[in-house]
Amino acid sequence: MKVTLTANGSEVAAEVEDRTLLVHFLRDAAGLTATNVGCDTSSCGACTVLLDGRSVKSCTVLAAQADGGEITTVEGLAAPDGEMHPVQTAFRAEHALQCGFCTPGMVMAVVSLLAENPDPTEDDVRTALEGNLCRCTGYHNIVRAVLAAASGRRPS
Amino acid sequence: MIPAPFTYTRAASVDEALELAVQGGEDAKFLAGGHSLLPLMKLRLAVPETLIDIGRIGELSYIAEQDGHIVIGALTSHDAVARSGLLGSELPLLAHAAGQVGDPQVRHRGTIGGSLAHADPAADLPAVILALGATLVTRGASGSREIPAGDFFLDLFETALRPGELLTEIRIPKPHVTGWSYQKFTKRGIDWAIVGVAVQGGSVTLVNMGSTPLRAGAVERAVAAGSELRDAAAHAAEGTSPPDDLNGGRAYREHLARVLVARGLEEARSRS
Ligand SMILES: Cc1cc2nc3c(=O)[nH]c(=O)nc-3n(C[C@H](O)[C@H](O)[C@H](O)COP(=O)(O)OP(=O)(O)OC[C@H]3O[C@@H](n4cnc5c(N)ncnc54)[C@H](O)[C@@H]3O)c2cc1C
Ligand code: FES
Ligand code: FES
Repeated sequence: MKVTLTANGSEVAAEVEDRTLLVHFLRDAAGLTATNVGCDTSSCGACTVLLDGRSVKSCTVLAAQADGGEITTVEGLAAPDGEMHPVQTAFRAEHALQCGFCTPGMVMAVVSLLAENPDPTEDDVRTALEGNLCRCTGYHNIVRAVLAAASGRRPS
Repeated sequence: MIPAPFTYTRAASVDEALELAVQGGEDAKFLAGGHSLLPLMKLRLAVPETLIDIGRIGELSYIAEQDGHIVIGALTSHDAVARSGLLGSELPLLAHAAGQVGDPQVRHRGTIGGSLAHADPAADLPAVILALGATLVTRGASGSREIPAGDFFLDLFETALRPGELLTEIRIPKPHVTGWSYQKFTKRGIDWAIVGVAVQGGSVTLVNMGSTPLRAGAVERAVAAGSELRDAAAHAAEGTSPPDDLNGGRAYREHLARVLVARGLEEARSRS
């Protein structure tokens, strides 16, 4: 079938098999390869992207289900002049990544969390990231980065 | 992992979904959020020939108040249920339990109707709507039916829904007794309940203690007869047949049921 969607502001249209998963559409048809496939079983969150503004695991959504929708991947976060998104800046400043495999999904889960809850507690952050696994960092720096990104946005 | 090939169709309305189901016949399946069905299809445990995507039927996504009942469209997401102000004040048990399903990404996609139709005995919402005395409203080629929650869950992954019949609405009477509790025991945050307990007033139901959500009848009778809560909770495992799996054996689950029912009854009382 023909799937047409907006990915990071640009329209992408491709003829794909009905069974194509969104993550494969993004990587193979749209050429957006930052989003990783980790577990392939809806568990790890590495494939998290925003679909119409909300975090989803793109290995568990059909491209067909996202037809007509708006997708944001980590490639779409920085400003056109290259200035990083506050969550990206906070991840760098707080050393919230090591190998970086989980990071594209982790960052998108955080962007979705902060859209829903701009002022989360540490507990809120840990609970909201239940669906994103990181084998490297032990999570503490990720949580610190989320809290830093949230407080950086609040007027002091 | 990708699913075996199938034909994707999309319904814009309930009528269209029912018509596509008739055309698709036995090998067609409805696709709501896809968060139970797609994982099964990737594992080739489900191999439908046709998927009927009902995810965009806007008329089935709502939460409203109607004649002393709360009505919820089958396609309402777990996230919308968890965040609803109306449910937070009228049916906090359901709102809270929906917030315990999976993780935020799962709750953004998964729907209440999909969870009930899937009828996994380890799922949170089937036991909750049983405790709440809900009625499930369906539409099929031959008309509409209203099925009490107690008659809906027949067996493991098996419900009273007929082939091609769509679950459209969950209708829940506003509870008279306000005390409630949901106890979900897991080893990791994201997991399904090893055992779960829902309490609403004098109604007590169990997650993952048999092939369907179960009513803890002996506990309910003991509470109604005025037993101490701890004594009533001692009956929690009566009449159950919990699974024996990697997460726990039978005896362990029976023990958990007693402990969680005691906690649930106490928490519900403290809230009433
Ligand atoms: C990582 C992960 C963790 C999870 N954790 C939990 C958890 O902790 N607790 C829990 O309870 N669940 C959990 N789930 C399951 C989740 O709640 C699913 O969203 C839900 O079980 C199915 O809803 P769905 O809308 O995604 O349905 P789908 O997957 O689209 O459909 C499921 C089944 O129901 C049928 N169906 C769907 N809607 C209708 C309808 N309106 N009428 C008739 N038939 C219909 C479909 O044909 C299919 O057979 C988890 C899922 C994942 C992927
Ligand atoms: S690859 Fe999608 S959740 Fe792990
Ligand atoms: S940084 Fe390596 S998995 Fe998270």
